[in-house]
Amino acid sequence: MKKIIKCLMVYLVLCMSISIAFSQGLSPPSNVTAVDTPNDDGRSVTIQWDAAPEDSGISGYQILRRIAGGGLEEIGEMLPAGTTSYVDATIEKGNAYAYIVRAVSDTGATVDSEETAPVKGTGEWFHTGKIPLFVAMLLFSAAILWNIYDARSGKEVFVRRIPGLEAVDEAIGRATEMGRSILYVLGLGGVDNVATIASMTILGQIARRTADYETPLRVPCNDPIVLNVIREMVRTSYLDEGRPDAYNEENIFFLTDSQFAYAAGVDGMMVREKPAAVFLQGQFYAESLLMAETGNSIGAIQIAGTDSEHQLPFFIAACDYTLIGEELYAATAYLSKDPMFLGSLRGQDWGKVVIFAAIVLGVILELSGVGWITSFLQRVR
Amino acid sequence: MKRQGPLALCFLFGIALIFTQFSPHSVSQKLYEEVIDWGLIITPFALVLAVVTLIETHITRVRRRTEHWQYSLVVFVGMAVMVLIGIPFGPQNSIVEWLYNNVQVPMDATMFSLLAFFIASAAYRAFRARTFEATLLLVTAMIVMIGNVPVGDLAWNTVLSWIPLEDGASKARQWILDIPNLASRRGIILGVSLGVISQSIRIILGIERSYLGGGD
Repeated sequence: MKKIIKCLMVYLVLCMSISIAFSQGLSPPSNVTAVDTPNDDGRSVTIQWDAAPEDSGISGYQILRRIAGGGLEEIGEMLPAGTTSYVDATIEKGNAYAYIVRAVSDTGATVDSEETAPVKGTGEWFHTGKIPLFVAMLLFSAAILWNIYDARSGKEVFVRRIPGLEAVDEAIGRATEMGRSILYVLGLGGVDNVATIASMTILGQIARRTADYETPLRVPCNDPIVLNVIREMVRTSYLDEGRPDAYNEENIFFLTDSQFAYAAGVDGMMVREKPAAVFLQGQFYAESLLMAETGNSIGAIQIAGTDSEHQLPFFIAACDYTLIGEELYAATAYLSKDPMFLGSLRGQDWGKVVIFAAIVLGVILELSGVGWITSFLQRVR
Repeated sequence: MKRQGPLALCFLFGIALIFTQFSPHSVSQKLYEEVIDWGLIITPFALVLAVVTLIETHITRVRRRTEHWQYSLVVFVGMAVMVLIGIPFGPQNSIVEWLYNNVQVPMDATMFSLLAFFIASAAYRAFRARTFEATLLLVTAMIVMIGNVPVGDLAWNTVLSWIPLEDGASKARQWILDIPNLASRRGIILGVSLGVISQSIRIILGIERSYLGGGD
């Protein structure tokens, strides 16, 4: 009898062990696919698989890769349990890769998925996710070009009064009357910076006026390439005005490329030379207020302009006039009155109207519970 | 031809670099990196010219004995020391590093520290309540400043405890920064972005030629 009971107990224990083992058994990751990652340079493959149930016992995944005809190799770190995709960005172009997703349990047990079909990475020539951005760019460029063409035909373009630019002649006149110099600071941007190029164009216009009045124009630079470009530009402005003799190359010089040393140098010039007018035009960082306050303390008329929105409050507080953001880019058109520049300004305004209309429409639709315009704009990268 | 060549190059490279922003292909990305490298190569050549102008400027100051000309001698001494040690032994040399860490860095920090005093003097001028706008600015600035310090909320919760809003000072500050401030900043950013695109189109098409040194 005892033997029978013993046999029954052993049988029951065996049955229970087998049942627990089966319930803890891992299922292999299902629907594993490997595809060439869209909109990339052809150096990555995206592997995807179905999410495992919460009670699957899977604690992570390991991705294995096989180059056609070669052995399997583990790639990357162990992925957490909830992961359903992985981008292999370590592939070499031209090779075909097959992938296996290995599920790993807490106890270290593993089970592999089926091997995917081999896939090669291919680079795309056009990023399809950027189509809306591309279309917007084309439309905006077309609007600017059309307006430039229209302005060239002789149509008058209205430009609102910009006090900061109206004051340019006043500042130059003041310096001339006082017999003092004009200090022009281009900020810290290099020649590849659009704000610096806008500033250089304004400098060219100011140089034409100072050439007429023979007012010294001092330009300390912090970028060697900018220095060489503006030397040539100011010289050309003086030549165009028929005053090459008034041009002094020594007035345009390299100070330093260090941010605060540059600010110290400019401040020193302000305090020593006491220029009657100070122009701060271009890209500025923390040094903006150091220069603007020093200019204010010496009583110079100051006209600032920048597209760095963080520095605008400092300029507004310390300078007499400030060109806010886009006004810096409008300055060339405003000062030169060139129809081509004026036309491009009107094109910019068209862009603003479209953006403003999209904002108003978006707000109305969002308030009405329709969110497609918001989700569309969020998708644009 | 003196102008046409650079303008044609600017047009070609401008269009090509716009294309690289929309094309992830390795060829276009390689082109982008290559052009950036070319830009970096030009800088050292221009730097030589810049250093020459720096020396010329200070020689002139010394020769003419202009005001504070003695500081120009300090420029020459500093330049000579850094060049004589830096060129043969490299920028990682311990003396060069010591000079950088113990001379340039403290001087930069000194200039940066001055900003606090300049902000105070600029704020004093800006916040004088002479007009409606200046008064509005003053009130807004006061709210933001009070909301920025812990004592602001403490005072709010103690003095204005009858208002059913906890930590109102920091919440008011955050509202000002998140709503009116951010909205106006985004307006400026939108205008700037359109201005940048417009300026870039003018440069690519050769309408804007200031970067060529002016003239037609």
